[in-house]
Amino acid sequence: MKAVTGHRLFWPAAVLVVMLLANLVVTPGFFSIQVRNGHLYGSLIDILLLGSPLMLVALGMTVVIATGGIDLSVGAVVAISGALACYLISGQEDQGAVSGVLVAVALALVLSAVLGFWNGLFVARVGIQPIIATLILMVAGRGVAQLITSGKNINVNSPPYKLIGGGYWLTLPFAVIVVAVVVALTGLAVRRTALGMLLEAIGGNAEASRLVGIRSRRLIVLAYTFCGVCAGIAGLMISSNISTADGNNAGLWMELDAILAVVIGGTALTGGRFTLAGTVLGALVIQTLSTTIYTTGVPPQVTLVFKAVVVAIVCLIQSPAFRAKVFRRRARPAAPPPASPAAADVEVNA
Amino acid sequence: MPGAVLEMIGVSKGFPGVRALADVDFRLFPGEIHALMGENGAGKSTLIKVLTGVHAADAGEVRLGGDRVSVTGPQHAQTLGISTVYQEVNLCPNLTVAENVFIGREPSKAGAIRWREIRRRAAELLTRFHVDVDPGVRLGACSLAIQQLVAIVRAVDISAKVLILDEPTSSLDRDEVEQLFTVMRRLRDDGVAILFVSHFLDQVYEVSDRMTVLRNGRLVGEFPTADLSRIDLVGHMTGRMLSTLEQLHVPEETARVQAEPVLKAQGVGRRGSIAPFDLEIHPGEVVGLAGLLGSGRTEAVRLMFGADVADSGTVALGGKPVSLRGPNIAIDHGVAFCPENRKSEGLIEDLTVGENIVLALQAANGWLRPLSQAKRQELVGRYMTALRINPADPDMPARNLSGGNQQKVLLARWLITQPKLLILDEPTRGIDVGAKAEIQKLVVSLAEDGVAVLFVSAELEEVLRISHKIEVLRDRRLIAEIGNIGSVTPEGILEIIANGTTS
Ligand SMILES: Nc1ncnc2c1ncn2[C@@H]1O[C@H](COP(=O)(O)OP(=O)(O)OP(=O)(O)O)[C@@H](O)[C@H]1O
Ligand SMILES: [Mg+2]
Repeated sequence: MKAVTGHRLFWPAAVLVVMLLANLVVTPGFFSIQVRNGHLYGSLIDILLLGSPLMLVALGMTVVIATGGIDLSVGAVVAISGALACYLISGQEDQGAVSGVLVAVALALVLSAVLGFWNGLFVARVGIQPIIATLILMVAGRGVAQLITSGKNINVNSPPYKLIGGGYWLTLPFAVIVVAVVVALTGLAVRRTALGMLLEAIGGNAEASRLVGIRSRRLIVLAYTFCGVCAGIAGLMISSNISTADGNNAGLWMELDAILAVVIGGTALTGGRFTLAGTVLGALVIQTLSTTIYTTGVPPQVTLVFKAVVVAIVCLIQSPAFRAKVFRRRARPAAPPPASPAAADVEVNA
Repeated sequence: MPGAVLEMIGVSKGFPGVRALADVDFRLFPGEIHALMGENGAGKSTLIKVLTGVHAADAGEVRLGGDRVSVTGPQHAQTLGISTVYQEVNLCPNLTVAENVFIGREPSKAGAIRWREIRRRAAELLTRFHVDVDPGVRLGACSLAIQQLVAIVRAVDISAKVLILDEPTSSLDRDEVEQLFTVMRRLRDDGVAILFVSHFLDQVYEVSDRMTVLRNGRLVGEFPTADLSRIDLVGHMTGRMLSTLEQLHVPEETARVQAEPVLKAQGVGRRGSIAPFDLEIHPGEVVGLAGLLGSGRTEAVRLMFGADVADSGTVALGGKPVSLRGPNIAIDHGVAFCPENRKSEGLIEDLTVGENIVLALQAANGWLRPLSQAKRQELVGRYMTALRINPADPDMPARNLSGGNQQKVLLARWLITQPKLLILDEPTRGIDVGAKAEIQKLVVSLAEDGVAVLFVSAELEEVLRISHKIEVLRDRRLIAEIGNIGSVTPEGILEIIANGTTS
């Protein structure tokens, strides 16, 4: 029992399960999955699909947080990437041409990588605090997105582009497959090489890492670049799903959801130890919460408060200190105070 | 004899896989200085943490003034009159000295903190304890010794009935130790009960009245200091006889000097930290750095590793001139460095023991070439056994190891890289007598295998025991170099330091 509850993924998983069950109570058909036109449909699939961009952004955020940093600019990068891709596609004669879409996607991802790299340089080379360094792009980035879209929404009508965030492949939403592949590759990259350990070392103790010879700067730049690319893919998904680039609203406040997902997943904001699986669970928790709010018809004026309350509870349950307090309170009256200390010890030590 | 002010009866505390304390009884009387003795990992810090409520005991009870108490945390312990200074200084380096003394209990008036009052009272306290530091400077800018003293001043000022000091002297100089002991004796005479942990037997015998010995989490016994010989004490602590502690013979000056020096520094210095100096180390040579605290020992060795960058002079490693712009470059040339401050500059507490041990090697290999699982296990296992790191569990988070074992992990980390030059800054600080002798032996045997060692220690006896050559520093300047022939004594070195002359 202790081994199960002690596992670092136990609490995020438990929270997710409880939320899903709560939905099942309210919406009896919640767990049902059907096949229609060779596609899987159902609320669970919806959660996976709608949660895909967040899972990706949170994945990149996890790696950055592991180094002891934070990236506030991911929402802006989401907007920029979607805007650039849609801008390029909308300018093409044949919006449905696969090659044109591929070029647009590639350029959007390259730009996202460059933006992440830029963040990384500010943090690792210039030595600006991560929260400030990425705040620059968070603010400026939205402006850039609006510049690309000239302040309007750009609509595209491109079936190949639509696939990314709204299409299906092998009965599954294409976006979910992309997330699965990226998560798997990232998992391999951090755990099969020494990357994960070195990132955790940097986040755990930067000065000690320097003195042990870790080339932290490169790794930090790498982490921010990766985070930028993840946000870029998420931006493609979001704009593709609605076939529109919205420089104002795409990815708005997404950095906060991503940070929350990381924390719920069990990675500490102070850096060091991180868990990608936890982050995926955390992102799903947040998406499930949003979905729940819609399906159960929580009145719109209280959704934010509702969300905040649930998140607060989840974070409290996650905190070992909080649990210890609650358990201690409970446990104390239950254990009878030993009448004679010597006798009590014999029992305990036996 | 008055009743015990603090009593523990049958206290047990386990961590996953470790029995840190098993059925331990302990008594502390008012007006005594009581030493808590034991090897690394014996459970001393754990006992203290149970007393101060950091850990809840699994069984047993704590009595304060005869009444059973359940201490819920350090704050609570403080209100009960138990103040503690931990093994690793636990203050805020970014606040000033004065703020650190009063943090959490700032004198305030109508909700506003009275900063001037804080400054004034801190200055008063510091003078009372003869701590020579400006209360307005940032604590992080002070030496470790000063930080330690500030922590003690803070603890003492929180009207303590019981003062607990976990290895308070490990980063202090002789004079500072004396100063601390004076303060401790004065407090004892005022009726304060002082619990004190140290691995320095001399200090324990000098200052303590009674001692309690732990071994592997069990109580060995409680003894008046005067009635227990050192041999017996060490026997009680280790459960072995003193055979492993046999004296190392003083190394002879050999013909090694012929070989190409591993490191040759000329006119290397850094403004505000150490005046330019020359230094040469040959393969198989142990060079000791002696000097008082703040004499520039650490500053000098940091330049040899690129931990700080020199602003003058040249360094040649293995005969080739190198520009030491950072640790990487030194490491690539086979230099290893165990820093003085293991918590902030050495250990990565989040990582496991095994990860900490392979970290330097892995960093040198780069992230794309991970050590294979088998190789890693083999290396970690070998060095954990060789250094007797306890508990021998490579998957335990490094933060859970006792202080002395953490130090051994750092040694293992660098030994694994098979360095040509090993720089050790206070490697035996916080290490028990048995392990200390082992580390000294290790240094000697590494040197026999051709490794050059640069060895910094505040203990002159130790420097003398293992070095071929001794560099003496004073006031951030290298003032003398002496070959360690039989006639050199600690007193002789102190004299050089005092007079600033080469005899
Ligand atoms: N939080 C923890 N989790 C797991 N094990 C722990 C924890 N704290 C201490 N231990 C283990 O308990 C034992 C006693 O450790 P403790 O720190 O009390 O030793 P110590 O006597 O203070 O040693 P040292 O002289 O090296 O400081 C050790 O085996 C240590 O690894
Ligand atoms: Mg200890």
